[in-house]
Amino acid sequence: MPLLPPAGAGAEAEASGTHYVLAASLDKARHLSTMLRAVHFRDVATCAATANGLKVTVESAKCLQASAFIQAGIFQEFVVQEESVTFRINLTVLLDCLTIFGTSSLPGTSTALRMCYCGYGYPLTLFLEEGGVVTVCKINTQEPEEMLDFDFCSTNVVNKIILQSEGLREAFAELDMTSDVLQITMSPEKPYFRLSTFGNAGSAHLDYPKDSDLMEVFQCNQTQTNRYKISLLKPSTKALALSCKVSIRTDTRGFLSLQYMIKNEDGQICFVEYYCCPDEDVAETEL
Amino acid sequence: MRFRAKILDVACLNHFTRVINTIAKLAKTCTLRLTPDKLYFILTDKVANGGVSMWCELSQGNFFDEFQMEGVAAEHNEIYLELTPENLSRALKTAQNAKTVKIKLTNKHCPCLTVAVELPSLASSSRIVTHDIPVAVIPRRLWNDFKEPSVPDFDVSIYLPVLKTMKSVVERMKNLSNSIVIEANLNGEMNLKIETDLVSVTTHFKDLGNPPWVSDGDSQNSTQDRDPETMAEARVDIKKLQQLLAGQQVNPTKALCNIVSKRIVHFILLHEDVYLQYFIPALA
Repeated sequence: MPLLPPAGAGAEAEASGTHYVLAASLDKARHLSTMLRAVHFRDVATCAATANGLKVTVESAKCLQASAFIQAGIFQEFVVQEESVTFRINLTVLLDCLTIFGTSSLPGTSTALRMCYCGYGYPLTLFLEEGGVVTVCKINTQEPEEMLDFDFCSTNVVNKIILQSEGLREAFAELDMTSDVLQITMSPEKPYFRLSTFGNAGSAHLDYPKDSDLMEVFQCNQTQTNRYKISLLKPSTKALALSCKVSIRTDTRGFLSLQYMIKNEDGQICFVEYYCCPDEDVAETEL
Repeated sequence: MRFRAKILDVACLNHFTRVINTIAKLAKTCTLRLTPDKLYFILTDKVANGGVSMWCELSQGNFFDEFQMEGVAAEHNEIYLELTPENLSRALKTAQNAKTVKIKLTNKHCPCLTVAVELPSLASSSRIVTHDIPVAVIPRRLWNDFKEPSVPDFDVSIYLPVLKTMKSVVERMKNLSNSIVIEANLNGEMNLKIETDLVSVTTHFKDLGNPPWVSDGDSQNSTQDRDPETMAEARVDIKKLQQLLAGQQVNPTKALCNIVSKRIVHFILLHEDVYLQYFIPALA
């Protein structure tokens, strides 16, 4: 990328006298923008960078948290000078900048990205290049705020299934949005895995048998029926559309974890995770 | 005053439709000037237009198989009409598979451009769809208002970058800001910049080339003594720039802009024998 500033946080620190706490390079900006779109249902997101990579989190109504993980290996360079670098940023603006050269690119062309951040109080600076044209963006950042801790740990997981995403895509795209809730039933017995809605036209149930071809893992120990506000879960359809596999887990409190495995065009794998707490009015667990 | 014209060739019809669609994107109402050889779509820089003005010139021979007109008088063999180009655009939408399209000036309860589209039909007689587009005849005493604009005394003239890239960038910038700064210098460099409380974005285009204008004795063309690095800039309404770019075909024969610092940006676009001048004033 001859047109972008030289790679290597060290070189930049010397050259410009500024100290980047986060410096990253990515040959194809869309590897990042696609992942961010999967969690883009609010304007504000929290970015957290560690040596492992970048985590971008969006929250809603104090009941839903979605995170996109783009691990360091996806980037051509990813250097974090502190243990963890965190800031809040306008995700809509960030996406507009990452896709400044358009979203549909001709095969063979791509936008190269260099991302730099000097720390608290500084903007996030993006250098984007495509076809010899360079765009520089400086996006203001804000102080990070405390994020929800869903305290979801694998030891409390009661039920877990892993499904191929193609099985769920149509179901989620066609969810009856006149229903307030999406009810998820998971059980070692029939109906095994059931999605239900209760809308103006009536209730709809969609069952997936445990021996279905789409079912990769079926580990259900206890019958659980939980309801979640459908407006909170609907945005996860974006992540589902991009993914090849999804893991659905519920814990002893009825909290829901959806993990989506997303493969980009170069075969690299990233994850998106949604946590959702059950709708407080109705939460039943049957023994 | 008479006007009748006919298009028989489907490629000409598609081309004409594309031109009208472009004009419809740029102006809600405009003036159509008809002469024996050319059609002109003209928009003058009234406050109602937000100060933009437009001059679009087509040779009738490139589109019409038949073209006859008689102006208001022998010495003034021209017709000026005020029309809403979107109406013409809609009429032409029905003409996609037409055998012929006839346009003529008529007087139904008011002056109209009547577009008669002959569509293929299975029956022996053709189907004809007729659209009457109301127009207003502009009297000769007002014709002076619609003269061809002169090229302004610009500070910098520069060829535009690849329109596809410029279009994408301006589309995105439109989401972020209401105004955009266009700046360019005589070194073939152009920058598009937006700056708000939330974000600042600058796109740098290089090696664009500067058109060689021949300066006649009269015009004070200051470009000769100008430092090639110095930028001429103007801040304009980003929607107006986006509208201009949205209507353009991908590869114009010629595309350039002239910048009068802090005053106006003047675009010249030539594509398949359609010549378009478009002026966007700088914001206060």
